[in-house]
Amino acid sequence: MEAYLDNSATTRVSEAVKDIIVQTMMVDYGNPSSRHQKGVDAERYVRQARERIAATLKVKDREIYFTSGGTESNNWALIGGALANRRAGKHIITTAVEHAAVLQPLSFLKDMGFRITYLPVDEHGHISLDDLKAQLDQDTILVSTMYVNNEIGAVEPVSEIGELVKAYNEQILFHVDAIQAYGKYRIFPEKLHIDMLSVSGHKIHGPKGSGFLYIHEKAKVRPLIYGGGQQRGMRSGTENVPGCAGLGVAAMEAYTDFDRKVDSMRACKKRLMEGLSKVEGAHIISLEEEAPQIVSCSIEGVRSEVFLHALEEKGVYVSSGSACSSNKKTPVSTVLQEIHLSPQMQDSTLRFSFCDTTSFEEIDYALSCIRELYPVLKQYMRR
Amino acid sequence: MFYKTYLIKYGEIGVKGKNRASFEEALVSQVRAALSRIGEHFHVWKEQGRIIVDVLGDEKETDADEIIRELQTVFGIVGICPVVKAPLGTPEEIAPHVVSFLSELYHLKMDERWREKHGEQLDGSAEGLSFKVHCRRANKQYPVASMDVNAYLGEKILDAFPGQIRVDVHDPKVMVYVELRDEVYIYSQVLPGPGGMPLGTNGSAMLCLSGGIDSPVAGWMISKRGVTLDATYFHAPPYTSERAKQKVVDLARIISRYTGPIRLHVVNFTDIQLAIYEKCPHDELTIIMRRYMMRIAEHFAKEDGCQALITGESLGQVASQTMQSLVCTDDVCSMPVFRPLIGFDKQDIIDLSLKIGTYETSIEPYEDCCTIFVAKHPVTKPRLDVIKRSEMKLADGIGELMKKALETAEVIEVKA
Repeated sequence: MEAYLDNSATTRVSEAVKDIIVQTMMVDYGNPSSRHQKGVDAERYVRQARERIAATLKVKDREIYFTSGGTESNNWALIGGALANRRAGKHIITTAVEHAAVLQPLSFLKDMGFRITYLPVDEHGHISLDDLKAQLDQDTILVSTMYVNNEIGAVEPVSEIGELVKAYNEQILFHVDAIQAYGKYRIFPEKLHIDMLSVSGHKIHGPKGSGFLYIHEKAKVRPLIYGGGQQRGMRSGTENVPGCAGLGVAAMEAYTDFDRKVDSMRACKKRLMEGLSKVEGAHIISLEEEAPQIVSCSIEGVRSEVFLHALEEKGVYVSSGSACSSNKKTPVSTVLQEIHLSPQMQDSTLRFSFCDTTSFEEIDYALSCIRELYPVLKQYMRR
Repeated sequence: MFYKTYLIKYGEIGVKGKNRASFEEALVSQVRAALSRIGEHFHVWKEQGRIIVDVLGDEKETDADEIIRELQTVFGIVGICPVVKAPLGTPEEIAPHVVSFLSELYHLKMDERWREKHGEQLDGSAEGLSFKVHCRRANKQYPVASMDVNAYLGEKILDAFPGQIRVDVHDPKVMVYVELRDEVYIYSQVLPGPGGMPLGTNGSAMLCLSGGIDSPVAGWMISKRGVTLDATYFHAPPYTSERAKQKVVDLARIISRYTGPIRLHVVNFTDIQLAIYEKCPHDELTIIMRRYMMRIAEHFAKEDGCQALITGESLGQVASQTMQSLVCTDDVCSMPVFRPLIGFDKQDIIDLSLKIGTYETSIEPYEDCCTIFVAKHPVTKPRLDVIKRSEMKLADGIGELMKKALETAEVIEVKA
């Protein structure tokens, strides 16, 4: 049996996504910029995808820009937002638990002369609105937060942040990294005062190499990629038509039958948490009421990488910390550090993540593997 | 500059008495094997004291750097000379060929490789460029003596480039070699080969290969003496990952450019390691573990017809590499254990690994089975009798585990 519980790393594309990708690769393979019919046909896919995505967010079509994925969306939002507003100020506020795709562009901006403030988080990974309030100043041009934390599933108070920021100064750009939230929460940027929203395709059964950035029509953001002037000059380069089309279908599917899908993920989460809570030595880090698809759990005395490989042999796929950071020599997660987990617990933290098709059988199988392997692995750990 | 011919110089094998012919044959076949990685358009043949490579294609097909890079992986080669050939004739007939070769070299001086070799002295005006002609009269039928050829050609060169070049017989910047054989071979550059002895002239050995920096270098060094390699790697799933194993395969592939194909035995060592961990004193874990590794490596060595083992140990580098520890590991082997790095400092080893190209792969951060269960304070001066007594605790069951490890080992044929 196989249990793929690493859906926050990536997901399998859905049948409908696969079909439209094949169609746009094999039949309607034109360049959307071409004048002939092949081009017009291809352009139709891009337009339709944009409409489908815009509908899920209740925003205007032209506010959706296709990118190569979540990392590009975050880079563009931060660097493009900062550059366009650099005359208004040099101060950017974010949280201490952001993904590297936010932290690294910000460190680039720091080198360029911007001032970055990282808000601390409590033991559940939440920032405090009072801290935010205290940090806002006349120089602040951009506030960036994640919606759902990729490692522990913490949900930041996006709505309150938006209100607070805009009440302080309407001109401050508000960016939200929604890569782990899109498809799991109903997100309406207008209501939440969000100016920019990053989304990745492959986390929601779309293809890898696809993603988008929502940019409010009034937000001032500079393009990062220049060239043939595609996407209204904001993001040049021939549109990745199969990627866009696949992402459009994935977005539409994610919000079709939405409540049932989220309920199903949440039921998996509950079941896994119940099972883990009976394992002596397991400390669940995630809160049940937060992101429906993520359970982070530290299992005392076994290094997460060893547990991961042992589970892998049984066909159970999980992550140690965040997948993007686990191939470094010392897999230290800044998130786990920031929530003040002991180094031993950081080193033994596994992340389980679900999608709408994850079944109870998979959860139960994973639990039985953990119960079987834990006593054996624990016995042999470094003393 | 495009060369249609390369002349290969070899060292030690030239003086190996009766074995010489077979050594030369081995070198020719290794040169062929190395060049076959580029293509089929090479003619490799033996000529008195030299090996000649004729490039059959035209310029567009083959890049000189590529040929030299491949030849530099062939053990036994000490020098690689890109040559221009001319028909055998009188010194008067040869002179124009030498002059035009040198004038092309002037052009070549702007070439990066040329510049690197000779430094900035060659920049700008060639004034001060000193040379010496060195003729080798391999063809003893040739009627003019070498010294006379040298003098004549030197004069012609001076005439051809007045004011740009001068003779210096003691410390010339440029050597002009002229070898008189059935044809005339004219060259000036001698690029270094790796040295050593041709592969296949010195038997085969089993390398204990880990993912670290040392063992690939150790294998390379022994192979350089003409030894073909097989290798044994120990992995410990789930404590080591599939990526750690892939890293070892990658390392084997890199050194196989020099050493030829490697039969890599991948042994699942987990159960043995756990048994040791469970039953033996923790400060002796590494020593006992290594004793079992050596036993297994020797088993496969015998199976593959190897006559020695190779390890990357360096005296005193870690607890398991003290002299006392080596005594304990050697104790289980009946074959000689070669430790070419024994007297090397870590930095020397790193320098070599950079040179042969394994360093970048070696430092990829995947844990191997040696680093998983290390005790905080391992014994540094183990006593063989104590270790043997500790090992007795494994008596019950270790035979089965060894049998299983040997039976389940996977073989990967690695080839560059």
